[in-house]
Amino acid sequence: MISDILSVTVLIGILASGIRLATPYLYAAIGETFGQKSGVLNLGVEGQMLLGAFAAFYVTFTTGNLGLGVLAAMLVGAAMGLAMAYVTVNLNAEQGISGIGFFLFGLGMSDLLFQKMLGTVETVKGFPAIYIPGLSDIPGLGEIFFRQNLLVYGAYLLVPIAWFVLNRTTLGLKIRSVGENPDAADSLGVSVARIRYFTLIVGGTLSGIAGASLSIALLNVFQQNMTSGLGFIAVALVYFGAWRPIGVLGGALLFSMVNSLQLWIQVLGINIPSDIAVMMPYVLTILVLVATVSRVRPPAALTRPFERES
Amino acid sequence: MKKIPWFLTLLLAFSLVLSACGTPAATPEAPATEAPGTEPPAGEAFRVAVVMPSAINDLAFSQSMYDALLRVQGEMGAENFEFVYSENMFVVDDAAAAIRDYASQGFDLVIAHGSQYGSSLQEIAPDFPETSFAWGTTVDTFGLPNIFAYEARSEEGGFVNGVIAATLSQSNVAGVVGPIETGDAKLYIDGFKAGFLSVKPDAQVNINYIGSFSDVALASEAATTHISAGADVLTGTAQMVVGAIGKAEESNVWWFGTQSNQTSLAPSIVVASQVYHWEGILNEMISLVKSGTLGGQSFQATLANGGEVVEFNPESTALAEVESLAQETIQGVINGTIKIDLP
Amino acid sequence: MKKLFQSEWVSQVIDALLPAFATLAALLVGAVMLLFLRANPIEAYTALWDGAFGSPNAFAETLVKATPLLLVALGICISFRGDVINIGGEGQMIIGAILATWVGLTLTDLPGWLVITLAMLAGFLGGAVWGGIPGFLKAYFSVNEILSTVMMNAIAVQLMNFLLRGPMIDPSQAELASKIPQTARLLDIFRLPRLAPTRLHLGALIAVLLAILVYILLWRTTLGYRIRAVGQNPQASRYAGIKVPRYVVLALLLSGAFAGLAGAVQVYGVNYRMITDGSASGFTGGAGFNGIVAALFGQLHPIWTIPASVLFGALLVGANSMQRAVQVPSALVTALNGLVVVFVVSSEIIRRRRQRRRLATIGQDEELPPDKEKLHQAETAT
Repeated sequence: MISDILSVTVLIGILASGIRLATPYLYAAIGETFGQKSGVLNLGVEGQMLLGAFAAFYVTFTTGNLGLGVLAAMLVGAAMGLAMAYVTVNLNAEQGISGIGFFLFGLGMSDLLFQKMLGTVETVKGFPAIYIPGLSDIPGLGEIFFRQNLLVYGAYLLVPIAWFVLNRTTLGLKIRSVGENPDAADSLGVSVARIRYFTLIVGGTLSGIAGASLSIALLNVFQQNMTSGLGFIAVALVYFGAWRPIGVLGGALLFSMVNSLQLWIQVLGINIPSDIAVMMPYVLTILVLVATVSRVRPPAALTRPFERES
Repeated sequence: MKKIPWFLTLLLAFSLVLSACGTPAATPEAPATEAPGTEPPAGEAFRVAVVMPSAINDLAFSQSMYDALLRVQGEMGAENFEFVYSENMFVVDDAAAAIRDYASQGFDLVIAHGSQYGSSLQEIAPDFPETSFAWGTTVDTFGLPNIFAYEARSEEGGFVNGVIAATLSQSNVAGVVGPIETGDAKLYIDGFKAGFLSVKPDAQVNINYIGSFSDVALASEAATTHISAGADVLTGTAQMVVGAIGKAEESNVWWFGTQSNQTSLAPSIVVASQVYHWEGILNEMISLVKSGTLGGQSFQATLANGGEVVEFNPESTALAEVESLAQETIQGVINGTIKIDLP
Repeated sequence: MKKLFQSEWVSQVIDALLPAFATLAALLVGAVMLLFLRANPIEAYTALWDGAFGSPNAFAETLVKATPLLLVALGICISFRGDVINIGGEGQMIIGAILATWVGLTLTDLPGWLVITLAMLAGFLGGAVWGGIPGFLKAYFSVNEILSTVMMNAIAVQLMNFLLRGPMIDPSQAELASKIPQTARLLDIFRLPRLAPTRLHLGALIAVLLAILVYILLWRTTLGYRIRAVGQNPQASRYAGIKVPRYVVLALLLSGAFAGLAGAVQVYGVNYRMITDGSASGFTGGAGFNGIVAALFGQLHPIWTIPASVLFGALLVGANSMQRAVQVPSALVTALNGLVVVFVVSSEIIRRRRQRRRLATIGQDEELPPDKEKLHQAETAT
């Protein structure tokens, strides 16, 4: 009997925490999807997230206004995206390496600002959980889906929006054509540069929100390197999702749920060394991808700079 | 025509610019700043350099040493005690370079504040027989005459925290968030578990090692997991637990801290923190160095010698209920009537 | 004719100086940041220079730092030439180091030179396995290598933590309460010989020799030719009868092998044991990652990668000593590294433009550097 109750508790726990944990991955990975769809690989997501997390935290800490906090994160993320766009589009710099540069810059800069402007770990009152009337009372499901905070709901709302923009709008068509065949797009009068600027700024903005979702919604603290590799996992999830928002969603949920499963395995005292448990989400993500061999090929112009033939 | 190796030119240009810049630096304002590289007149301030694995404001291990150095400076006066630091030296090899550099700059005491630095210190110390080194947390001086070793018996404070936690717990489930199952973290957690079970032998202590010192999000989710599993008292160690404290506050369960005083993060739920007060050990080392003994001894921070202090949160509503028991336990650990059994 | 020659010489110098200007520009931005932190930039940069090149000892430290960067970068040259992106250097270094350490701790009866050789081979092998798996998965299961290498890094770290606190823990630590997660120390005779009375060790020389070997491999052997061919145009390679998947695996496998060797060299040349602080960079120093930067600074050419690694190593070593000298937060150093990377990679455009303009005026006989974009266009056209 007790074990039954426990297993329901465990299941709900895993699902609810998987939903929460997936939030920052979703924002960042969907942002990255936009960039990659237009042919730009951005490895600087982690840096954008850290700066966004700090901006959101600092503004919220000083003003007490969560909206302003998110706005600050978006602006900082957008600025990072803009810089990335200038470097990769105007200067045609190698994408992977400029991303690494931006990652290092964001990692160091967010820590520096943290030390100089805050000095120590502080806390803020973050986004409260919103109980959706009616739905949140459904046993089990209510706790899993309908008692999360605004930024968590926002992340899931983003999935259909991103799908719609990418697949059902002219803008999406332009983005895809720029990522598949920039020359053809260019000859049809689509500005490759403008599209890539757009997607990178969108990507940066979303990465900023991803950071904010950590610092003022899920954790309500800022600490140096608090993303701890999360941005790189987000990039990996874009590949997992084969450049489709729904696929990214699947990847983010899989990864997060296995991660919370391994926490439960330790809590339940199942006798696996902790390090081996921690490995699980990483191993499983690879295995799932192996099992579901997908032949989706990357956007053909991914990582290729575009220069108009003169 | 092949590309000229631009790096060579780069180096050249770089050196030109720097040598051009370098000259004025020596002239007007340079002496005004207190560059640690410059040797002060002999017999003046005692100079300490410390190398730390994380940031000085991590509310954990590194901060405990930084705060202790500040306190020593406060006691001795800034004119008698100077210190410099290298933080975030998580790359062992970089730390080794820093230790070597500080030693060659003639610091009186070079502290390697991280158990992972021992191996490097063993290499470096013999090259600087005039310099005193300190290594923590460990007991091993490698038998070298110029290495002090220091460690914290963190299981003691862990035990006290465990006893208090068990008294406050109504569900009889405790949750622990740890980084990697080793070193100081493991000692503290084992102590906590022993303390908890000494009060309630049938209770449950759930332990989560999240495999990282930096993953704040996972630490927070581990706390949530504990709470879902019924824990109503939580503790955790290392710098990523700040995420877990937030979750404890949200769910209004008690939190017990270690390494530094974590009350400021969540005044409503932090009951007590075990804090390392290295200044006692530092003072001992300093006076030994001054009298010519450069090492060869090992120190322990314990509750008995004040190296560890269980600091209570004066605002905690739980305090009235547990304070006398806590003091009793501390006394018991100090005078040896309580024996802590570690696995 | 003479005039033309002269002007070309001048423009080459300008080209070569561009990255220098880029680095200086980045450092200039850094100087503003230093001023904000109330540190004297001149003092700081003097310390940076002295820390990297100021004395034979400092230069030796720079070379020690550059050695793993170079080894990883060589692997990156191979994989990027084969158009596979290996960002799993960190994990590959770790696995290589684990295997190499195990060899040294097990075969304690053998002579030093033999154990060192076997250990280097073990490192090579370990890295090859850890790089080969993503290669295999990419070639035969279409698992993208960026995804798998990121994941395999995390797996390697946890494997290291598990082994170092359990099966491979230093027996003397196993008895202590603190249980520092480290292996026993290697015997003194197993250490890579030092080249001078500094920390500079034989690994640096091995790395330079391997750079030449990798050059030969890539441009003078069929294997190298095929890896590059597959990287430039997989379709055409397939029509030409090259088994494309096999060379995808090989490119990642070799790339991992060099990273694994870097791990082994770190253990046998620098640390003499493995210690973990729980993260990858605690052991690798981020070399698995920074090696990518070094390789691209060296334009994916094994020989140019040598000075590029030295430069990057100098920056890392010098920045640390700058942090010590003026007591700025280490975070500034990280941010500054990022700026240098962005500025240098951005400055490439100017060189490329000038080169193109020059080609337009001089004639078309020059050998162009492999231009992925062109080949790519050719590929999509067919």
